[in-house]
Amino acid sequence: MHEYSIVGAMIERVEAEARARNATAVRHVHVRIGELSGVEPDLLASAYQVFRERTVCESAELSIERVEARWECGECGSAGISGGSLRCAICGGAPRLAQGDEILLQRIEMEVE
Amino acid sequence: MCETCGCGDEHVVSVDLHERILAANDGAARHNREHFAELGVLAINLMGSPGSGKTALIEATARAASNRDLRISALSGDLATDRDGERLRAAGIPAATITTGSACHLDAAMVHHGLHDLAWRDRDLLFIENVGNLVCPAVYDLGQAANVVALSVTEGEDKPLKYPVMFRKADLVVLTKADLLPHLPEVCVESLEDALGQVMPKPRMIVVSTRTGQGMQEWMSWLGERLPRRPSRDPAPPRQN
Repeated sequence: MHEYSIVGAMIERVEAEARARNATAVRHVHVRIGELSGVEPDLLASAYQVFRERTVCESAELSIERVEARWECGECGSAGISGGSLRCAICGGAPRLAQGDEILLQRIEMEVE
Repeated sequence: MCETCGCGDEHVVSVDLHERILAANDGAARHNREHFAELGVLAINLMGSPGSGKTALIEATARAASNRDLRISALSGDLATDRDGERLRAAGIPAATITTGSACHLDAAMVHHGLHDLAWRDRDLLFIENVGNLVCPAVYDLGQAANVVALSVTEGEDKPLKYPVMFRKADLVVLTKADLLPHLPEVCVESLEDALGQVMPKPRMIVVSTRTGQGMQEWMSWLGERLPRRPSRDPAPPRQN
């Protein structure tokens, strides 16, 4: 359940940003979580419910955008790598993950005076 | 004024960050990596299920290393007890334990603190033996030069497909307890290699038995190829002890 430590790090970052901008409250936190990031969005959401109490995020909604894994060839750049072997069907090159390992804090909406 | 959600509330500001949530861990990992590079120590993040043979692999590596003038140290992560540390020290390896309490993984700051209790600076190799777990440890950069996953033959050949995040991050899979293979007719090493090819960008596996010594030479060569250059290790001048 490393999702708890991810939420802990996220709330700390939101608190720092809220302090820096003299925000009175945080309304909404947006994150992006990749399919191959190792973070389970549902567990992240439930960890958030526990951790946000008595923090600046207490009444803030959390939106999680899921990002599908997408591989491309690390050599020829071809996007035709999916399912089965990760080898490039065109040149046989080794793949790289073009997207899908994100654990990102995208945006915060805060109330200011 | 909030322009993002269109609520029109002038007291709401929207701040775009696009930051990695684990940025603080990444920073600590960078710091560790600088330490390792500066001192020419090869740091290996050794991951795998509980009981996959991580500690036994380090013990066997130390035995093989003694003939090769290669000095190793180890930092072990466990939820409780210093048992792995005790085992490793009994094998003559400078070793310290990071007791994580309830944490299911090591992070870069824990490793940094753990290094303070360990004589690792004059060593060639540092094993960071992660908490036994095929999920969480893969998420945290520790500053290592390479990720190695120990997978024992009894765990089943479909483990890479069930735990793709861990195996995607692996630079090498060490298939351990290979001496048991004759007793496991249902385990097919080729099927395992096929599964790795579906999740690991550059699949590489070494089949090892720490009992019989099978694969140990290949494993030691793999480590040897990754040792950073360091004056004490390179041909001239010779090492002064």
